[in-house]
Amino acid sequence: MKVLVPVKRVVDHNVKIRVKADGSGVDLANVKMSMNPFDEIAVEEAVRLKESGAASEIVAVSVGPAQAQDVLRTALAMGADRAILITAEGTVEPLAVAKLLAAVVREENPGLVVLGKQAIDDDCNQTGQMLSALLGWSQGTFASKVEIAGERAKITREVDGGLQAIDISLPAVVTADLRLNEPRYASLPNIMKAKKKPLDQKTPADFGVDIAPRLKVLGVEEPAGRAAGVKVGSVSELLDKLRNEAAVI
Amino acid sequence: MAILLFADHDNATLSDPTLRALTAAAKMGGEIDILVAGKGADAVAAAAAILPGVRAVIQAESDALEHRLAEPAAALIQSLMGGYDTLVAPATTTGKNVLPRVAALLDVMQISEITEVVGPATFKRPIYAGNAIETVEATDAKRVVTVRTASFDAAQPGAGNALVNSVEAADAGDLSRFVENILSASDRPELGSAKIIVSGGRALGSDEKFQSTLSPVADKLGAAVGASRAAVDSGYAPNDLQVGQTGKVVAPELYIACGISGAIQHLAGMKDSKVIVAINTDEEAPIFQVADYGLVGDLFEVLPQLEAQL
Ligand SMILES: Cc1cc2nc3c(=O)[nH]c(=O)nc-3n(C[C@H](O)[C@H](O)[C@H](O)COP(=O)(O)OP(=O)(O)OC[C@H]3O[C@@H](n4cnc5c(N)ncnc54)[C@H](O)[C@@H]3O)c2cc1C
Ligand SMILES: Cc1cc2nc3c(=O)[nH]c(=O)nc-3n(C[C@H](O)[C@H](O)[C@H](O)COP(=O)(O)OP(=O)(O)OC[C@H]3O[C@@H](n4cnc5c(N)ncnc54)[C@H](O)[C@@H]3O)c2cc1C
Repeated sequence: MKVLVPVKRVVDHNVKIRVKADGSGVDLANVKMSMNPFDEIAVEEAVRLKESGAASEIVAVSVGPAQAQDVLRTALAMGADRAILITAEGTVEPLAVAKLLAAVVREENPGLVVLGKQAIDDDCNQTGQMLSALLGWSQGTFASKVEIAGERAKITREVDGGLQAIDISLPAVVTADLRLNEPRYASLPNIMKAKKKPLDQKTPADFGVDIAPRLKVLGVEEPAGRAAGVKVGSVSELLDKLRNEAAVI
Repeated sequence: MAILLFADHDNATLSDPTLRALTAAAKMGGEIDILVAGKGADAVAAAAAILPGVRAVIQAESDALEHRLAEPAAALIQSLMGGYDTLVAPATTTGKNVLPRVAALLDVMQISEITEVVGPATFKRPIYAGNAIETVEATDAKRVVTVRTASFDAAQPGAGNALVNSVEAADAGDLSRFVENILSASDRPELGSAKIIVSGGRALGSDEKFQSTLSPVADKLGAAVGASRAAVDSGYAPNDLQVGQTGKVVAPELYIACGISGAIQHLAGMKDSKVIVAINTDEEAPIFQVADYGLVGDLFEVLPQLEAQL
């Protein structure tokens, strides 16, 4: 079974971003970019499926600027076999990403697509579900465990009240939650080897997909800040403040 | 202009997040119908019918809808959307699972986790873990919107008197089957609606200490218990207690962070709380930058004292 893993290049999770002074967006100049952390988990899951014999080939795909090659090389160093970069500048919304991925799926015929549950920049949490709908496939979102059994898979999902197990038909779309696995670090020899693995470049036009945004961003602003608080010296002082100043207990 | 609100429930009770999403829907303007998809969910439909400003309740019953799995739920909603131009759901795990699937079926870009309704098609939503707030306008013919429930008050039941209409559920085949729910049993309030939350981090050190240190204080305050990702990853607390960018977003009256450093991903889930208390041994911990009241100290000494004085 072939596994497709879409990976997104995002602002590194350790960066505290700044809103541009003119309110037109977020300042991404000279900011450290990395693979979306959930996508590292997705790649790791695919590599483990290959190691266990359930998967035969792993194809990583990214939609983004030319620099998105870096996250594809990371995926290759972690164990993906080859990569596809669909180059697109500027905003590509989840619906357009899902359409591009659906086109790749039709060419590649994977048995499973593993995505991250959300990208930590736009926090949309949409792409996997949309892809599944466009393909008419089943979906196992927010997965903390994936067990492949022949033509079906048992997926354990993180839900509001705890966990939910579902049984889905393959081919399927799965989205990775935090506790699916702990991604490995790529070793230096594997990073070197990854440089020689194939990386195809495509454009949205190759797939005939219109990626024009459907949402108009009218502005971006800083969230309301919190006024600085005070340090209290003891538990009794804390309780006094909570009772008499804040009146919350 | 009509709005369909996809209700979140467990076939017995209508959830608090649904009441909050109704408040957001009412701000968009237009007639509101509530869809109750489930099995044996008459009580939920009845509860939806007495909500204020609801035109009709649409009830769909089938085995496949019992757990509102994405494939049958999305197929049902798609079949109903001819009569609506907006679809709304609370951003619960069910809403987040189902709505993007509907959006793609309708060829519409979803607007995720809105925190403010600016106009019928214009919304504010946080991006980058809440470090920026984006105002977006939808240009599609229909709108699909999930609502961050911590940002809206719950609608008060009682004022409404809507009719309940039944519809046939569409057959979505055998793509997915429900196996089981492994839900965390708790007598405590839900994180999303609790007035007070006592939250613990990596410093708690073990499952037993997480329980034995936080529970007595939470019990005295009638509080919900939350956790950082580090505490959940380490197995001190179940996944459904995680507060943060990729867990639950909460805004209680009082949030007490115990042994939590205050990483941006954690702050994203609790910084809209009315009052924040931080208890941490490290006076430089970033959590103190958002805390109204900070207490530098060892939580294993502070929390028992707190419990004793409550
Ligand atoms: C330089 C740049 C600047 C941008 N600026 C803005 C902006 O200011 N405002 C704005 O609204 N949008 C902006 N975008 C677009 C934004 O990246 C898209 O909205 C995004 O592709 C989809 O949202 P999401 O990643 O939150 O989706 P989610 O649904 O949260 O992503 C879930 C999963 O889908 C997969 N996935 C998502 N996107 C891709 C991709 N591109 N390639 C491969 N897999 C993917 C990943 O597996 C990911 O974990 C910008 C994009 C770029 C490249
Ligand atoms: C993609 C991604 C998503 C994430 N999503 C989330 C999320 O949703 N929610 C979330 O919480 N995190 C999330 N994180 C993780 C986040 O970055 C932090 O790693 C995490 O919040 C740290 O948890 P912590 O504060 O409990 O642990 P630590 O950062 O280790 O902090 C422990 C704190 O306890 C204090 N301490 C130690 N002993 C005591 C004592 N005896 N008494 C009092 N204080 C003591 C220490 O001084 C320290 O400040 C995410 C990370 C990534 C990359």
